[in-house]
Amino acid sequence: MEDNPTQSIPTIDELKQEISLILQQTKRDRGDLIPILHKITQRFGYISSQALYEISDQTSIPLAEVFSVATFYRMLPTQQRGRHVILFCESLPCHVVGGRELLQALKSELQLEPGQTSQDQRWTLLTTSCLGVCNFGPVISIDGNIHGNLTPESLPEILNKYE
Amino acid sequence: MKTVRSMVLVSNDPKSKANGSQEVIDALNLAIKNFGLTDEVAVSTIPEIGTVRTLPLVVIFPEASVYGPVKPEDVPHLVEEHLYKGREVPALKVQDPDTLRKVAWLTQRKGTLPAENHIVLKNVGIIDPESIDDFFAYEGGQAFATALQMTPELIVEVIKQSGLRGRGGAGFPVGVKWDAVQKTPGTKKYVICNADESEPGTFKDRVIMEGDPFSIIEAMLIAAYAVGSDEGYIYIRGEYQLALDRVQKAIQQAREYGVLGKNIFGSGFDFDIHIHAGAGAYICGEETALLESIEGGRGEPRVKPPYPTTSGLWGKPTLINNVETFANIPAIILNGAQWFKSFGTPSSPGTKVYTILGNVNNTGLIEVPMGITLREVVNIYGKGVKGGQFKFAQTGGSSGSIIPASLQDTPMDFDSFRKVGVALGSGALLICNDTNCIVDSVRVLTRFFQEECCGKCVPCRVGTDQTWKILTNISHGRGTMEDLAQLEWLCKGMEDFSNCGLGQTAGTPIKNMLDHFRAELEAHIKLGVCPTGVCPMS
Repeated sequence: MEDNPTQSIPTIDELKQEISLILQQTKRDRGDLIPILHKITQRFGYISSQALYEISDQTSIPLAEVFSVATFYRMLPTQQRGRHVILFCESLPCHVVGGRELLQALKSELQLEPGQTSQDQRWTLLTTSCLGVCNFGPVISIDGNIHGNLTPESLPEILNKYE
Repeated sequence: MKTVRSMVLVSNDPKSKANGSQEVIDALNLAIKNFGLTDEVAVSTIPEIGTVRTLPLVVIFPEASVYGPVKPEDVPHLVEEHLYKGREVPALKVQDPDTLRKVAWLTQRKGTLPAENHIVLKNVGIIDPESIDDFFAYEGGQAFATALQMTPELIVEVIKQSGLRGRGGAGFPVGVKWDAVQKTPGTKKYVICNADESEPGTFKDRVIMEGDPFSIIEAMLIAAYAVGSDEGYIYIRGEYQLALDRVQKAIQQAREYGVLGKNIFGSGFDFDIHIHAGAGAYICGEETALLESIEGGRGEPRVKPPYPTTSGLWGKPTLINNVETFANIPAIILNGAQWFKSFGTPSSPGTKVYTILGNVNNTGLIEVPMGITLREVVNIYGKGVKGGQFKFAQTGGSSGSIIPASLQDTPMDFDSFRKVGVALGSGALLICNDTNCIVDSVRVLTRFFQEECCGKCVPCRVGTDQTWKILTNISHGRGTMEDLAQLEWLCKGMEDFSNCGLGQTAGTPIKNMLDHFRAELEAHIKLGVCPTGVCPMS
């Protein structure tokens, strides 16, 4: 998962160069499309429309197909996100052990609704399906780091670790 | 290392408590300590035992001896005789046939103990998952070496004989699948391990991959040799970073040792494995969606038939099995089909890895024989329900069923569950107490399907969305009795007309709710109240 990806917006030339570097490591065939999109997400934090265009241009996969694949998967964002991405698990195992209360606390602490990014670009709050660490529920993931056994009281301390 | 050889269960329901069960537990702990048996004997409680006369009861496994009523002053003698010297104490045993009949569910498990009978989790937590040398030191690789001495036909026959059924949720006989791929003509075939585990509440595959990645590689080698494949994929869920790293390392080490690659062990057999990281889509756990995803497309399930066994990845015959299914293979090849059938029930042999979650005192992962009951899981392994009474359990993530408390003595295997109209699912056991509202819980489950539906076929796309909206309305006090008929109609439509398993099972929790929790559901509509006070109702 992405660890503090670079958030500065690259110039078009930088983007072209980076993408051709990434493409050099792959076979450029259809089966490599998802690994390519993964690498671009890791490098830039999200897949910009310019990046989609460049991938299509350099791999000869139609732009519409690149776009349709990228938007199908949760881990391939096509919108810019905040410096830290919070994934709140909304599945039933977390829900029954205090997830309901935790989401309320999270929303009021950050002043965000799920799907929104804060004005200062510090946080993006997203809901997600099960993260597979249900024995420590309720769980949130911040930039890929899992925090479990959370309560509304323990939340501020954890959020303060991420500037 | 701590090896528990005996387990003592003490009844701890209100009536037992009144008869001094807590004193008995204290006396047991003290006596066990005095005899130096602390590491060998586990003491646990059974909160719900039913109405029996001779409380408090003490049940000692693996002999499944039932003692009762036990007084604190009996305990030192009982511990000395039974646990220290290994002799039963006839004078203290329950004589009342009525009591014995009522606790039959406990005594049926004679001979089994927690932490016993590990097949799948045998090496997990024992070996260093980043060292193939460690794996070899614990009998690793022997099953593959044995398989190389057998003909591919014989391997498939052994798997068929073992009666192993797929552990991904559907329970399809594994031998039949292997046989189909083996018999399909073709020079290029693929073996794929489905590790896109995304069912809410299920994380058994993650633990297997993180704890013993080599066993998956070994099982895939055996499968590839049996069906005539030279290339494999492990499709790992993108969120499972540690599992991705460990499997990657394991494959690297296997290549260095010549276990993967060309002409393995001089046998003329070639095989190599690629990793494909998922990108966050639940539907990719469906086998044909998984194939689409490896091919670089949207993870939308294909229309079946043709099945992957004849036309799978890039149109070639493909064998797809779940991580846990593969993890059973080496042990079956080494020990034989008969050995495997000695575990579990006749129709569902072997063990099953469950994740226990929710309102229990002890959450986590267990591997137990097929056919144990929910009551045992909750009371023995989960150490009792926390914060209230047991209300329902949810199995196998979202495509599993809701099991009401009344079905908690049904053996958990594929066929027994089907008979009572519920499903075993993928191995999650989410235990919910009576502070949870059924409408709220089913709404959350339905929300999951609505979110994860791929959108390809209409019944699922519209059905998951409509059911979620209706349930949201009911939980806000805006439901009508017509909504219930509409729910039934939508569930039937999704089940009958959806293209893949997601849509076909998305209505299961709703149907279970209508069957078993009708009164609570109707209270939301007719009385305008949520009996547990969870739903907003406005």
